[in-house]
Amino acid sequence: MDKKNIKEIEKEMKLANKGLSEKEKTLFSDARPKTVRPLNKYLEKFLNWARAESLWILGFGTGCGAIELRPLMTARYDMFRYGIAPRPTPRQSCVFVIGGYASMKTIKRIVRSYEQMQGPKFVIALGSCTINGGMYYDSYNTINRIDHYIPVDIYIAGCMPRPESLIAGFDKLKEKIKANECDGMNKYVENFDWYKKNQKRVIKDWNMPDYNW
Amino acid sequence: MSKISESKYKNFKADREKFPKMENGKPVIDLDSHKFTKIWQGPQHPGVTGNMSMEITLNGDEIVDAKTHVGYLHRGFEKLLERRKYIQGFTIVCRICVPEPDTNEYCYSAAVEELSGIEIPEKAKWIRTLNLEMSRIASFLMWIGGQAGSLGMGIIGQWTVSMRDFWLDLFEEISGGRIYHMYIIPGGVRKDLPKGFKDRARNLVTKTRKLLSDVERTFFNNSIIKSRLKGLGIITPEMVDEYGIVGPNARGSGKEYDVRQNTPYLKYNELDLNMLTATGGDAYTRAELRYQEMHQSLDLITQILDKIPEDGDIQAKIPNVINWKIPAGQTYIKAESTRGEHGFYVVSDGSKFPRRVFNRGASYTHAISVLEKLAVNTSISDLAGLMVSLHTCPPEIER
Amino acid sequence: MKQLLNRIKDKIEIEFLKQRDDLYFINVEEKHIIFLLSYLKEQEEFTHLSFLQAVDYNEYNMFQLTYMLYNYETKVNLGIKVIIDREKSEMTSIHKLWPHAWQFQRELHELYGINFPGSPRVNESFVLEGWEEIPPMRRDFDTKKYSEKTFYQRPGRYTKNPKDYMKEKLYKNFVEPPKIRRKDDE
Repeated sequence: MDKKNIKEIEKEMKLANKGLSEKEKTLFSDARPKTVRPLNKYLEKFLNWARAESLWILGFGTGCGAIELRPLMTARYDMFRYGIAPRPTPRQSCVFVIGGYASMKTIKRIVRSYEQMQGPKFVIALGSCTINGGMYYDSYNTINRIDHYIPVDIYIAGCMPRPESLIAGFDKLKEKIKANECDGMNKYVENFDWYKKNQKRVIKDWNMPDYNW
Repeated sequence: MSKISESKYKNFKADREKFPKMENGKPVIDLDSHKFTKIWQGPQHPGVTGNMSMEITLNGDEIVDAKTHVGYLHRGFEKLLERRKYIQGFTIVCRICVPEPDTNEYCYSAAVEELSGIEIPEKAKWIRTLNLEMSRIASFLMWIGGQAGSLGMGIIGQWTVSMRDFWLDLFEEISGGRIYHMYIIPGGVRKDLPKGFKDRARNLVTKTRKLLSDVERTFFNNSIIKSRLKGLGIITPEMVDEYGIVGPNARGSGKEYDVRQNTPYLKYNELDLNMLTATGGDAYTRAELRYQEMHQSLDLITQILDKIPEDGDIQAKIPNVINWKIPAGQTYIKAESTRGEHGFYVVSDGSKFPRRVFNRGASYTHAISVLEKLAVNTSISDLAGLMVSLHTCPPEIER
Repeated sequence: MKQLLNRIKDKIEIEFLKQRDDLYFINVEEKHIIFLLSYLKEQEEFTHLSFLQAVDYNEYNMFQLTYMLYNYETKVNLGIKVIIDREKSEMTSIHKLWPHAWQFQRELHELYGINFPGSPRVNESFVLEGWEEIPPMRRDFDTKKYSEKTFYQRPGRYTKNPKDYMKEKLYKNFVEPPKIRRKDDE
């Protein structure tokens, strides 16, 4: 995409600092997200290993899948031994666990939380309802495919997925990170306009900036 | 209060000028005056029960105005049920309330049975009662972990949630599912109890009793828990009717309302249980009351295990479910969940599909009207504890 | 309970229906509803409002509102059914009798489009955000069509007729018997 084209698109977009005074404008960034490429192959390998062994998940129970995260966190299944820990804010976490169906009100918050997370970031989607709508395929208020709105790395099927399958899913994610296959963040940046178009199609009252980090 | 704090705060007077002026019973809040801060607690917040949010206005750290926002979990169940046949509804109704799905299954199937005039066998009634009590204890165990966790005492949650897991194992034995069981279907239950189930259940009751005595020592005798929960979120007896409060929240204020005893369903009239009430109405009283109810549930489970007949049918004969037409009529079935009266209002118009199914969850008023009223004048750090002490469950508010 | 129904009958015209020993339904006209509810609340101790909900009868062009009351003393549920016009869809608010009734009225306003003039916060959004269609719980709103139009369907979902599918799966070499019309067959 050439420079002129980006500027035209930005004019249509709602930026975080739109409508602010010149002084306040510097408080918010209005730069488009950029693709991140690794600097050094060997360093990246080491970093990937480090990333895979400390997965911090965002404590946002978006659906009923959150109920199986509780046993996973506590003594019986104990996910801390795998280096997985819940974090309270998006700024500190790198894995977003979408717990099941996302209603229209929640998908708006999911998009915001996902964009606030710092890279590298990974998404795990639980339950059949995130894959194809599941039993809510004809509901007027739940989305059918989560991968049209944010990029997904791992799907864990089931309703609910058991804690064991969650652990297996996290294991798979670790393998993928170590093999450098989890490129969801760059995919999101490259297809940014497509994702935005999809998000705006379901979120009817778009009253937030188009990107806000 | 200790001596030091008494002397220090003896001449202390709250600066009431900072507080918003009241007009027509509503505070007038001028955000531009920089006296107040408006923040959102939730939906992405670890201290919120489930996926809901509170829009709160603060003066310092004191809440002056609170508003609940729900709808993050709205799936339109009632609309979907209009499109499903009666038997197809069973996969859907249990998903209305996540921690305690069996009450939904029971209410819906009892409504279907009443409208179509099916009488279920004795043994099925006993197994249903057992199932409901088991789901009550599982939900209570999770609640007490949440209550302690919201006040910063994570260890109780570690103990009780893993104990709940063993109860879920029992559910898995009888129904095949950990969280959603779909075990209670019209005409009875799906399967008989497996061999050796009763011994394992009795074992677990003993284990849970032992855990609960530990919980009593660490949680109810903890001075920090006491000082934070006592006097928090007082529900007065007058509020109970005005706000439609039910369950342990109402019983904690002295209202004798327990669906299991007021209008006994299934086998509750043959069991030995007494109404547990308390006066005080604050969060600590409610916690103590729920603790007693956990013991009551365990007691009931032992009674039921003794009384379940060995032989007998578990399933009454029902017509071909694919073309099952239910005679026109309407009914309201209610049962006691951990949060209180849980009801299903089913309207049939004589076709294969229900005309209207409405689910009344106890949290509907607890989490909106009551929480908005009780949150005012509390500290923001106590809001999470208050929310859990009302035992709010968002999915049953918005369905 | 019979005495209570007679006492109400002395005052206004009602029809009643006994569903169970502890559940009765009363049909009443729209103009009497406030009188009846306040009478039941103040005089007969039906102090607990379980719910207020609507049923859509679009083929008869009417809504049925159900007020479910409960009496702690006699332990009886009483459902009061009122028919209102679907075109006008307006009802008197009862938030002065039960303060928490505004919640039900807000829900009905959003999901059914029934208006309750004077009810507090009735225009606030409850579960929907930025909704542009007709109120979703009305029966003429087709949720499947809306879902197909708005959300992206993942290809591969198809519906099977249970009758044919069972036949194909279980009885492959099954010879069809002569057709006998059953009662509940269509």
